[in-house]
Amino acid sequence: MKIPRFSRKTLCIPYAVFLVFFVIIPMLVILFYAFTDKEMHLSFHNFIRFFSDPTKLSTIVYSLVIALITTVVCLLIAYPVAYILARSTLKRKFVILMLFVMPMWINFVLRVNALREIFNSLASAPGMEWLGSANYFKTVFGMVYDFLPFMILPLYTTMQKIDPSLYEASADLGGSGATSFFRVTLPLSMPGIMSGVTMVFLPSMTNYVVSDMLGNAKVTIIGKFIYEYFGSDWHMGSMVALILLIVVFLSTWFSGGFKSEENVRGANL
Amino acid sequence: MAEHIIELQNVTKYFDDNLVIDNVSFYVNRGEFITFLGPSGCGKTTTLRMIAGFDLPTSGKILLNGKDISLLPPNKRPVNTVFQRYALFPHLNVFENIAFGLKCKRVTNTYRNDKGEEYVRREKLTKKEIADKVKKALELVDLEGFEKRSISTLSGGQQQRIAIARAIVNEPEILLLDEPLGALDLKMRKEMQIELKEIHKRLGITFIYVTHDQEEALTMSDTIVVMSDGIVQQIGTPTSIYNEPANTFVADFIGESNIFNGKMVGARKVRFCGKDFPCVDDFEQNETVDVVVRPEDITMCAPEKGMLAGEVISVVFKGIHYEITVQVGKYEIVVSSTESRKEGEKIGLTVAPDGIHLMKPKYTTNLFDGVITKRNTVKFADGEFECDVTRLYPGSRLDDEDYLITADGQKLDLTDTEVRVEVLPEDITISDDAEAGGTTGHIISIIYKGDHYRLIVRTEEEEEDFVIPTDDLWNENDLVSVVIPKEKIRLSLKHTEEKKR
Repeated sequence: MKIPRFSRKTLCIPYAVFLVFFVIIPMLVILFYAFTDKEMHLSFHNFIRFFSDPTKLSTIVYSLVIALITTVVCLLIAYPVAYILARSTLKRKFVILMLFVMPMWINFVLRVNALREIFNSLASAPGMEWLGSANYFKTVFGMVYDFLPFMILPLYTTMQKIDPSLYEASADLGGSGATSFFRVTLPLSMPGIMSGVTMVFLPSMTNYVVSDMLGNAKVTIIGKFIYEYFGSDWHMGSMVALILLIVVFLSTWFSGGFKSEENVRGANL
Repeated sequence: MAEHIIELQNVTKYFDDNLVIDNVSFYVNRGEFITFLGPSGCGKTTTLRMIAGFDLPTSGKILLNGKDISLLPPNKRPVNTVFQRYALFPHLNVFENIAFGLKCKRVTNTYRNDKGEEYVRREKLTKKEIADKVKKALELVDLEGFEKRSISTLSGGQQQRIAIARAIVNEPEILLLDEPLGALDLKMRKEMQIELKEIHKRLGITFIYVTHDQEEALTMSDTIVVMSDGIVQQIGTPTSIYNEPANTFVADFIGESNIFNGKMVGARKVRFCGKDFPCVDDFEQNETVDVVVRPEDITMCAPEKGMLAGEVISVVFKGIHYEITVQVGKYEIVVSSTESRKEGEKIGLTVAPDGIHLMKPKYTTNLFDGVITKRNTVKFADGEFECDVTRLYPGSRLDDEDYLITADGQKLDLTDTEVRVEVLPEDITISDDAEAGGTTGHIISIIYKGDHYRLIVRTEEEEEDFVIPTDDLWNENDLVSVVIPKEKIRLSLKHTEEKKR
């Protein structure tokens, strides 16, 4: 019997089909819709509308700010955790890591809902009334809660790969604890920081489930916008989606996510 | 200034419950090239790391220029390290790597103000000073102009040089080198050995070098510290360590050796391999000794002229000499010579008196502390052995219920009695069947003694050692079971004096 042999090219066909139908065509469709009007004529009307409407501009700014705060808070919490776990000699540190990551396995909507209930009951306590209307605070809190594992994991993986003798070398050469941190640990964990930031920053700009449920529907982020437009006006929706894509592209560009493999160790885009 | 730049005083180090360094004391002279030599796991790297400050001693003191630095962190010690796998910073280029230590450094500068008063300031080195020093260091390791190169583009040998430059640029009082040449190929290693020696000469600072390669140690060092099992076995110059090994471990580890069991048969006369030999070392008459003869100290001659006669069983060409194994009776003797012999040829062997090195054997018998159990067995060295408890009391016997009845009719319960257990090496056999003997352990040392192997078997928990001669070839680290016949276990009561009172 002849054993069928697949060349590398034939093995690529399913992926090529996937890429064409689920990536390239949808992109073209969005591009087409974004730059046409209801009569399907070429038009920059949506583009101009977006940038001349202060509510839309402020939404994009709010989304950016919320995503930024979420990312920074996640980084501040995750970095020490990852650092301690990666450097500890604990035999069961994987268990501790799992405890941080495990919430990911519980349904996302359920977690956010539970958080909302907790906030609600807390807000009814005397002295905690402010919490009822602290919509932005609750939104950011929920996002940090949800996205923290995505920050911890890449940080931990990167830091674990750092050769411990580098810390010793730094101390040996006269570096104090702070020197070792800022000149060895931090630069070497940069790839982990970058991928953690991308994995938290982008979803927190678009994940409107959290802002809807925790922000009393008072917090609108750009993802919510897209969702709403696609109910009535695909053309505007496509334009917003396109603008978001450009924002994401630019932020990845600036954070160096497109750099070639050469200098990148560890998880990155 | 103190002559001893580093001094270790009774340094002991445990990792968790593992004893890694056992009460080690020695000193290092200023400016010398000293090497810690030993097999892996002997504690040499740990000793170095304690001098560097990466590990702290559990007890004991480390003195630098007479001052106790045992607990000082590494960045406060005037000591720099060349790491085993270099530990160069991958995110920095060659210049930044070498400048790392200089940028951490603060120097005291004296200034004069307008009124002519002097004042001092702790300052960083200037950019120019740093650049000059880096340049000089790169020149020293023959890598001028490499400043801008990224670490990942360097070969192993170049990385090694950068690691050396990064350490010496700080002008340490001591340079520590942890098997720095281990990752290089043989030719490169030889080159680097010479170069390191050269650098040592030029800088004049103290080098402490760690290696498991005895040839490297002999080539490079002023002084060698031979370590094994967390203990210093011998300290001396390469010549004295090679020519006058302190014990069979050193003889076996450094260079090739023939090791035999011998016995003193008269003044400066020792008997081994069934013959009497005149020798230069003297011990008490009838004392058992370990005899070490280097292969190059044995000369070959006609069979009838030799002190020993035998048959050549193998000849191996080694480049500058032949390694010839000769069967003399039941003994195998290795001879090295520039002349070759044919396999099967009958030859005679002679040894000059100064080629015979005698040393007191470390182990003549096996002694343990044991406890008698309920079943009249004895527990020691992680195991339980059957024994004859009636030997503890002359003339005693066991009754039906296994109580001991002494000669004068007293009934004794021996449970939990502490005893001293003695077993002669030749009474012990080992087996690879874990159930066969009273306890199990790993073989930690094998020394060939001409006609048999001497093994040391160490039990896992209590780390008790058994010295066992055997004719069979085992491998180091084999898990074996220790078998001792009941009648060969000699027991004696502990603290008999106190009990009588």
